[in-house]
Amino acid sequence: MDKPFAITLDVGSSLANHTGSWRTRRPVYVDRLPPCNATCPAGENIQGWLFHAESGDYETAWRKLTEENPLPAIMGRVCYHPCEGACNRGRLDESVGINAVERFLGDEALKLGWRFDAPAAASGKRVLVVGSGPAGLAAAYHLVRSGHAVEIREAAAQAGGMMRYGIPKYRLPRDVLDAEIARIVELGVKLRLNQPVEELEPLLGEFDAVFLGVGAHLAKRAYIPAGDASRILDAVSVLHGMEGSTDELKPLLGRHVVVYGGGNTAIDVARTAKRLGAEESIVVYRRSREKMPAHAFEVEEALQEGVQMKWLATVKEAGAGEVMVERMVLDEKGFPQPTGEFERIEADSLVLALGQETDLSLLQKLAGLNIRDGLVEVDAGMMTGHRGVFAGGDMVGNERTVTAAIGHGKKAARHIDAWLRSEPRVPAPKHALATFENLNTWYYADAPKTMRPMLDIVRRQSTFDEVLGGLSEENARFEARRCLSCGNCFECDNCYGVCPDNAVIKLGPGKRFQFNYDYCKGCGLCVAECPCGAIDTMAEDI
Amino acid sequence: MSHQPVKFYQTGTFTVGNRLLAPEQRSVQASAKRYNSLNSGHRACQGCGEALGARYAIDAAMEATHGQLVAANATGCLEVFSTPYPETSWQVPWIHSLFGNTAAVATGIAAALRVKGKAVRVVAQGGDGGTTDIGFGCLSGMFERNDDVLYICYDNQGYMNTGVQRSSATPPAARTATTMAVGVEPGNVFGQGKFVPAIAMAHEIPYVATATVADLRDLEAKVARAMELHGARYIHILVPCPLGWGSASDQTIQMARLAKETGLFPVFEAEGGEIKSALKIRKPLPVEDYLRPQKRYAHLFAPTLRADVIERLQGIADRNIRKYGLLEENP
Repeated sequence: MDKPFAITLDVGSSLANHTGSWRTRRPVYVDRLPPCNATCPAGENIQGWLFHAESGDYETAWRKLTEENPLPAIMGRVCYHPCEGACNRGRLDESVGINAVERFLGDEALKLGWRFDAPAAASGKRVLVVGSGPAGLAAAYHLVRSGHAVEIREAAAQAGGMMRYGIPKYRLPRDVLDAEIARIVELGVKLRLNQPVEELEPLLGEFDAVFLGVGAHLAKRAYIPAGDASRILDAVSVLHGMEGSTDELKPLLGRHVVVYGGGNTAIDVARTAKRLGAEESIVVYRRSREKMPAHAFEVEEALQEGVQMKWLATVKEAGAGEVMVERMVLDEKGFPQPTGEFERIEADSLVLALGQETDLSLLQKLAGLNIRDGLVEVDAGMMTGHRGVFAGGDMVGNERTVTAAIGHGKKAARHIDAWLRSEPRVPAPKHALATFENLNTWYYADAPKTMRPMLDIVRRQSTFDEVLGGLSEENARFEARRCLSCGNCFECDNCYGVCPDNAVIKLGPGKRFQFNYDYCKGCGLCVAECPCGAIDTMAEDI
Repeated sequence: MSHQPVKFYQTGTFTVGNRLLAPEQRSVQASAKRYNSLNSGHRACQGCGEALGARYAIDAAMEATHGQLVAANATGCLEVFSTPYPETSWQVPWIHSLFGNTAAVATGIAAALRVKGKAVRVVAQGGDGGTTDIGFGCLSGMFERNDDVLYICYDNQGYMNTGVQRSSATPPAARTATTMAVGVEPGNVFGQGKFVPAIAMAHEIPYVATATVADLRDLEAKVARAMELHGARYIHILVPCPLGWGSASDQTIQMARLAKETGLFPVFEAEGGEIKSALKIRKPLPVEDYLRPQKRYAHLFAPTLRADVIERLQGIADRNIRKYGLLEENP
């Protein structure tokens, strides 16, 4: 005993005192499902790829993105981004410009020539994909990456389906489309153009599975009494005709064009007509502006370009150089009712944009198939009633967007892969949704959304140059950093910092944190102060 | 000017760390190798603001002095929960003093180190009781002699360790064991108590600052600034007490944040008796938002709403906002 005066015990550390025994509730790290991811029709891990874009690691971000969707540069232009509508930041200031960042990543990949990783070891299985639209391309991409041999048969002269033959160039420049398709083909997908599949049944023996993504290319018609001199076209052929290689092959619409319909296709045709030199391009729609199925921003852009809208009107008759329309009123249920008031509008041509249907003739001899309302019925794994034949895209659903089709293609590919390997597909359980209430928004810096540059109005009325611009690197990174990382740890160190008991262990960059339950008293400070809601509590067994 | 917030790297400098910031822009507390001067296993209540504030402040002082630091500690919660003989949570040379003489003990240590020619810095620390009441004479002496000590007061607005009695830092209307919520003017009376940072400024010492546990980066910057200077320095840190305030243990930081955002606790710094800068209010809030979650103010809301008392407290906040310029000029 060699201790100072009045000292009888050795100095000890408080580490001997395991204060974790005080705890009645324990904090646990969780991953919650961000609303953007939950909403994405293509099932992208948006928060996951934004995380990498935030730090400027664009290639990792792009690789994360393309695990789910091989067409980011296209997505960043044509997707209607329901993710942004669901974004929690929308309740704070404005939603994150996810679509703009996606386009930046897609363009960056094309600019710098990033390639997909080589496919997995060959499985020896052969899959036929019918149609090279977004659904077919997505299916082919995922299948080839799983090691299967994929052959796409496309009826048209070029690949892309409605992305090429339905979406105008001012929204999707063709060099972008070509480059993203080429990158998928490079993986070893056999793309056979000008190969319409007229009958599927004889081909079944050649392949182990089939994915159908033939789209909906038949224009719906409506009976409109028409004089001999009237010129009536349908929207599908007009837009298809725009892909003609020379001006002579482009559709002749005249100086006064009337488009009948209220969907995005109607707006596309009206804007195309304006660019082709029409003095007047008028959209006639039977219901009101609010009821238009076209997206509000497309209607707005069309109006900016000088397209005129005639809401609450139906086309009764088409004659030489004019159409007759009848004014409608909405009844109390919101349905349009005729008024008996008529009006004549100058029209060199009338374009019908009344929706599309699928040409199902190739399925005639296929047993077990169910068709309802013109759509092929598929099960939860995208398989039709005929075993081994899967389908997706516009032919199975009424959502009819590029993004939904890509989602179908991916889902079908995952199920085809499981089916070919004779393994049941067990998708990972979905995390609980990360709601706005899970967040502690105090910690996020105020930052308004970055606006994307728009082409000047004169060029929008006379050329097919792309209307919406992209973001610069700086802006894209700023925009990515507006992400709140809802429900997923982004390593802000708050839990590590705010614990009064040093009961959080920092594991290092990319490895997140761990609780030291020996000392955690269960005060809940880390939970309350976690900005993104990545910590939950659960009761202790006591 | 002290801490300049980085406004936009997702969470900027609002969070403890931020992977997007350059390493030199990161906080002491974000480091995996921080000192943890006050280590695990201490016996502070769940969600203790003082335990948090003490680690924030002493870790920052250790960082600034490269570990060349001695701390003197007044009797109070901080001592009782951290060092029940023979065990301690401190990982810094640390000396216990009486309730009232910490400033004098620290003065003595500083003098001894000067005589010995050692470049070791001295910190004295205590709660509001040991600082604003019992140790005030020694503290004022340390100030007027301009001894080379940083004194840190962890203000939880009462004697919490002995059963929540009133101190001269207890705010008006707050209920404590000695200012019960009874009578016409329930809780602590208006017009009493003192704000020691202002008194410290009146000594015209080199550095005076206030901080809260809700603004880590500001707190760290102030400790770092204080350690750049010599002479008497004083930092007053608001540390909410879940036990004494009757707030939920997970709301400790939120309470400190609301105290600052409502203007009830002004966060500023002064050099040589002159205010240099104030931390601006980010989202102005009525004092009611701060009072309502605390049981020590429950008598202002039930059985009858005491709008008159809340109004007087709002008046205090408004005066602070005016006096210290707490609002952004061009919001």
